[in-house]
Amino acid sequence: MKIDHTQPLEYGTHQNQLNILGFWIFLGAEIMLFATLFTAYFIMEHRTGNGPTGPEIFEISPVLIETFVLLTSSFTIGLAVHAMRIGRKKAMLAFLGITLLLGLGFLSVEIFEFMHYYHVGATYQTSGFTAALLTTLGTHGAHVTLGLFWGLSIIIQVAKDGINARTANKSFIFSLYWHFLDVVWIFIFSFIYLKGMM
Amino acid sequence: MEFFERFAVPHPSPAIYASMVAIVVVSLAIVVGLTYFKKWGYLWREWLTTVDHKKIGIMYLISAILMLFRGGADAIMMRAQLSMPENQLLDAQHYNEIFTTHGVVMIIFMAMPFIFAFMNIVVPLQIGARDVAFPRLNAISFWLFFFGAMLFNISFVVGGSPDAGWTSYFPLAGTEFSESVGTNYYMIAIQISGIGSLMTGINMITTILKMRAPGMSLMKMPMFTWATFMACVIIIFAFPVLTIALLMGTTDRLFATNFFTSTNGGMDMLWANFFWVWGHPEVYILILPAFGLYSEIISTFSGRNLYGYKSMVGSMVIISLLSFLVWTHHFFTMGQGALTNSIFSISTMAIAVPTGVKIFNWLLTMWKGKIRFTVPMLYSVGFIPLFTIGGVTGVMLAMSAADYQYHNTMFLVAHFHNTIIPGVVFAMLAGLHYYWPKMFGFMLNERIGKWAFWFLSIGFVLAFFPMYITGLDGQARRMYTYSEATGFGPLNFVAFIGAGLMTIAFCIIVYNILYSIKNSPRNVGDDPWNARTLEWATHNPVPEYNFARTPHVASSEALWDVKKNGHELFKGDIEKIHMPNNSGVPFIMGVIFFIAGFSFVFALWVPAVIALIGIFACMVLRSFEKDDGRYISVEEIKATESTYGGANS
Repeated sequence: MKIDHTQPLEYGTHQNQLNILGFWIFLGAEIMLFATLFTAYFIMEHRTGNGPTGPEIFEISPVLIETFVLLTSSFTIGLAVHAMRIGRKKAMLAFLGITLLLGLGFLSVEIFEFMHYYHVGATYQTSGFTAALLTTLGTHGAHVTLGLFWGLSIIIQVAKDGINARTANKSFIFSLYWHFLDVVWIFIFSFIYLKGMM
Repeated sequence: MEFFERFAVPHPSPAIYASMVAIVVVSLAIVVGLTYFKKWGYLWREWLTTVDHKKIGIMYLISAILMLFRGGADAIMMRAQLSMPENQLLDAQHYNEIFTTHGVVMIIFMAMPFIFAFMNIVVPLQIGARDVAFPRLNAISFWLFFFGAMLFNISFVVGGSPDAGWTSYFPLAGTEFSESVGTNYYMIAIQISGIGSLMTGINMITTILKMRAPGMSLMKMPMFTWATFMACVIIIFAFPVLTIALLMGTTDRLFATNFFTSTNGGMDMLWANFFWVWGHPEVYILILPAFGLYSEIISTFSGRNLYGYKSMVGSMVIISLLSFLVWTHHFFTMGQGALTNSIFSISTMAIAVPTGVKIFNWLLTMWKGKIRFTVPMLYSVGFIPLFTIGGVTGVMLAMSAADYQYHNTMFLVAHFHNTIIPGVVFAMLAGLHYYWPKMFGFMLNERIGKWAFWFLSIGFVLAFFPMYITGLDGQARRMYTYSEATGFGPLNFVAFIGAGLMTIAFCIIVYNILYSIKNSPRNVGDDPWNARTLEWATHNPVPEYNFARTPHVASSEALWDVKKNGHELFKGDIEKIHMPNNSGVPFIMGVIFFIAGFSFVFALWVPAVIALIGIFACMVLRSFEKDDGRYISVEEIKATESTYGGANS
């Protein structure tokens, strides 16, 4: 494979450029996916049937922890990509590891949050509102879970093969994915929790 | 035994038992045949593991033709049932199942793979690329479509077909009113093939944006490539909506959530809205590539360049935008109020404007041209008046006040068949004849092809024009019978005759394929139609590397430039060519998706979880795989080129 050294390594080959553009288009589809979920949520927000309403079940502390943890992880993966660009493999691996640990922390708190909803009587089956809420949060959470496994396999490959056009491309695309999940979370935080608690 | 009872068909009939026997016999025959002729290795090496866009395209094509007959069998049964008043051929339940599967099969499993077939075969050739951007992903897309289609098609012998209409409106499609697993099949099979469609969209957009030959700017792309590009943009924005709608429908049915129920805050209209936010753009996903094919064919056989290239592109962009702003017109009668209905009336009628621009462009392309009435051209010329009638009745339906009369009548059925058959099906058949030498290196017989065209066109008019009249008289769609006093009998009988003629037409087309395989002369040369665009600048059938040397393009009609202006398309020496390696993983992933889907349909959680883990295992495997492809050496290329008579070597 020809490597173009005028470009950053992750853009170095033609296939790498294709991969990155293709992933951006995939993220466009993901935006539509979450937009549909948000639409459903806004329509269902007050359709609570006999179940609890948003303000009755939302709790600020776990949500704040999740927000803080996930936003920090977006910063650390930025640092990982920076380390990758200046060729510092150890720093890159460390920041990727921290990112995934933060992701794991986020996921743990979210599971705790879901258990809380279950105990206060807001189950998946309770109402249109709970179905839309838990599907939106759950889809985001499932993306984070998938990201953990994806990130892990990238860490292994970088550790084994070092930083090359192949692993740099994979890591960069993974960072796009991770930032995207953060952006979605900002919308969830603002338009589901804050709006619901006001 | 209790475990197996869930797989029984809830509403069996002799026809279904006969189908079961037929499926077993045909499957056995295929297995025995492959073993007897020792073709398993060939099948696996050349087809199941291929990542070649041309072979994937051919597999899409074969699947589409098979599904055309599957959906066609449903259609002829429906017309037979309605051919006489108070007919007893089918009962209400079977009729419901048949019109449901007819709709789903024809849109999702016939029309979609048909357009994907041409996208795959034609687009990389038209832009001078070696393959699509992600060949492996392309294979995954195909196998997801294929196994989604298989999952849907076993429904009628295992567990029962879906019966809530191809639109599957809730609450009818909910567990309360659709108890059998049929609607589970609907939700999950469409989901699986929908993921494949989305990935094809990503693949094609990336290919078109990044892999065009030197000199081919966006506004020098052939029209079919433009049409594919716009259709794929629509796919990216429309299919995720379907993904979520199907996910919600699935959880409603399997986990008793309350998205679309009538209680506990559920909202049935949310399904109708989501379905059509995907569903209306979907029909433009189908029609834009069809328009693209007509543009290529009309221009070639009129011997003139396409009239109004820029307005063709512009009108497609406008159609794509408008396609997302009209979905409510599918349910004007379902309680939005006058203001909303008026807005959607106007946006719907607005689509007639860019479509009209395209019709005039095609007419002006033909104007003063030396028209050659080949089979592809016949379909294209037949399309224009027939499709225009469909468009005009569409504007009638777009008037929301008048729609209260038309809604859910045979008038609507006549309208959308009037756009889809002359619009999409004619285009696919035109494309089939036009690109057949590109795919296989010999022509389909013209004389037999013309017979098929006339049977199909006359059959179409007889089958669907009477429905406009019975529809205006009040014959409702999706009703399995009607009384003699309605007077619908004679016209419905005419429609049955029309459907019979269309069946004959499709059989003639298959006969033509078999006849031409046997009798058509090989060695048709590289340019049998005297065509204009880049895909005809390479050999027939196309070698696996497409072009021995990268073409340098100067206009949207690259080959015409060569023939008339002496433009030099291929410069420089032959260099080694990089190609992707074959892989069995896409096929295996498709099989695992099938198992996962089947397990979800019947709520068998253990195999479902195992299969999901299998899917993730395939993805991890792919992540760790180091596959940089292979190179075809200069000597190999030269040897291959010389077998074609050296036209471009």
